[in-house]
Amino acid sequence: MPLIIKLAARNLFHDRLRFIATIIGIVFSIVLVTVQLGLFVSFGRMVTTMIEHATADLWIVPLGTKNFEAPSPMDEIERARALSVEGVTGAVPIVVSFAQWRMANGGTTPVFVIGSDPKIPGLHPWNVVAGKLDALSIPDAVAIDQSYFERLGSKGLGDTAEIRDRRAQVQVVTKGVRSFTTTPFIFTTLDRARIYAGMPRNKATYLLVHVAPGADVEDVRSRLGKVLAKAEALTPGQFGARSRAFWLFGTGAGAALFGGALLGVIVGTVIVAQTLYASTKDHINEFATLRAIGSSGRYIYTVIIIQALLSAVIGFCIAAGIGLIIVKATAESALPVFMTPALTVTLFLLTVSMCVVSAIAAIVQVVRMDPAMVFTR
Amino acid sequence: MQALEVVKVLGTGAGKVRALKGVSLSLAGGELALLMGPSGSGKTTLLSILGCMLSPTEGTVRVCGNSTTGLTTEQMAKLRRDHIGFVFQSYHLFPTLSALDNVQLALDVRGERSRRAAARAAAALATVGLAHKVNSFPSELSGGEQQRVAIARAIVADAAAILADEPTAALDAENGQSIMSVLADIAASPRRGVLVVTHDPRILPFASRIVSIEDGRIIGEQQGARAAKEQKRPSGEP
Repeated sequence: MPLIIKLAARNLFHDRLRFIATIIGIVFSIVLVTVQLGLFVSFGRMVTTMIEHATADLWIVPLGTKNFEAPSPMDEIERARALSVEGVTGAVPIVVSFAQWRMANGGTTPVFVIGSDPKIPGLHPWNVVAGKLDALSIPDAVAIDQSYFERLGSKGLGDTAEIRDRRAQVQVVTKGVRSFTTTPFIFTTLDRARIYAGMPRNKATYLLVHVAPGADVEDVRSRLGKVLAKAEALTPGQFGARSRAFWLFGTGAGAALFGGALLGVIVGTVIVAQTLYASTKDHINEFATLRAIGSSGRYIYTVIIIQALLSAVIGFCIAAGIGLIIVKATAESALPVFMTPALTVTLFLLTVSMCVVSAIAAIVQVVRMDPAMVFTR
Repeated sequence: MQALEVVKVLGTGAGKVRALKGVSLSLAGGELALLMGPSGSGKTTLLSILGCMLSPTEGTVRVCGNSTTGLTTEQMAKLRRDHIGFVFQSYHLFPTLSALDNVQLALDVRGERSRRAAARAAAALATVGLAHKVNSFPSELSGGEQQRVAIARAIVADAAAILADEPTAALDAENGQSIMSVLADIAASPRRGVLVVTHDPRILPFASRIVSIEDGRIIGEQQGARAAKEQKRPSGEP
């Protein structure tokens, strides 16, 4: 092992109690940041989950639609306009609406009804764990997620309820199709969704546009923009970004998550800085000796930076372990903490940066040190 | 190593003190000079200036032909690592490193990190009689042994000047004599001079020159017993 690393490591580990305090500080900070950013990523994904699972090259949405969960009815005439555009092979209407689910025991709960023709590609339930997707064609059939059984007063297939005084029977059960708003999704056919939503037959909430093979999606979108009157065409990416922007930044939810993450970084930086500063102060005689025997400033800074990096790596490894446990523990919750490889790398770089920035206070202390102090101590 | 008409003012305003008032002193290869004087006489200030840790207010200091005038702290550090070895009263060893690592550190800061560096460090420890203690930590060594490790650290990079600040002050008589013997052996090389700041009259027999300082001025200089002994030796005697 290079001597400079050995020196840094032994300086760091020499006072075990202080070292443990440093690591606890880093772990606390990084776990907090992990949870906040994990929730941020998870939230960002969940608000676009319906958009990502729909079969569409383009979405036609009522003008000014801010997110998927803010439906407003659109006239069927827009579908005719869309179909007249060169390169458009289909414009599949879907209905999205809030409704009241009345349970067999008489209680009610709000639900989010999504209707799409099951015979053509549109927006259908996925992760089906009981029943078959075709069963949605059965009269009164609906699909619900098993995580909402309790909320909906259902035990599974065959249970019945009412939506807008119309019968609804569970024929399909999914797993993990959850809403971040905690309002259960109810999938059904297009016509039945209109009935449940009280929407006229000539209305739809969105149109899922299918573009001809080889056609340029952006060109088609541009042409659609010219013919649509009270609607606009968006790529799934654009609609997703708009939904994310609304929920993350328009509502303040993102700011709260970022604020928590920032707090974690600040706490971690302060704790590591305090420890490195105290450790450097404790070892100031040794640093002065190094300086006296001719070491360059860079050599001493390197020792301090290595201490910071060692703290970062050890702290990150422990924090990552705890983070994984949290990810697993929240996987089935309404808003799971999500972890991606990119986020893991980001967190590692953040930890390293935090620790290196923390070393500045210690370095400043060493810069001000007078090597001649070795003669008087 | 040479100081010419060095003046050093410490402090500012009303607390200003002229610690050195025009001191000239040189250290040649092959000599062991003692710098003696009462507390507050300016010994440590002079040692710091000669050791390129402080810059003189006036006057010049030359180390192996290089003037320290106008040098930055990094340039001064380079002069120290290229030409000067230090031995301190309280050893200043790194408690978490072995004796070998403590000595090798002096090479590491010079950028020497090969296996040869470890061999050189081991050889330096052997020179001071600690070949069997290379893996011992400072806490496992006696005061005398710790000071030997510090001397090994000072000589491992072939410094032209060894500056020792009260190297025997923390040691008993026997260990003090032993440490001075090691320093005298080091000064036997014509390529290396040793300057020892001391209060300890017991080490006078090891000196080739004794310089007395008082109130920031050199007040006397005399030949030491070692020089006299060498002069008395019949020619041809080693």
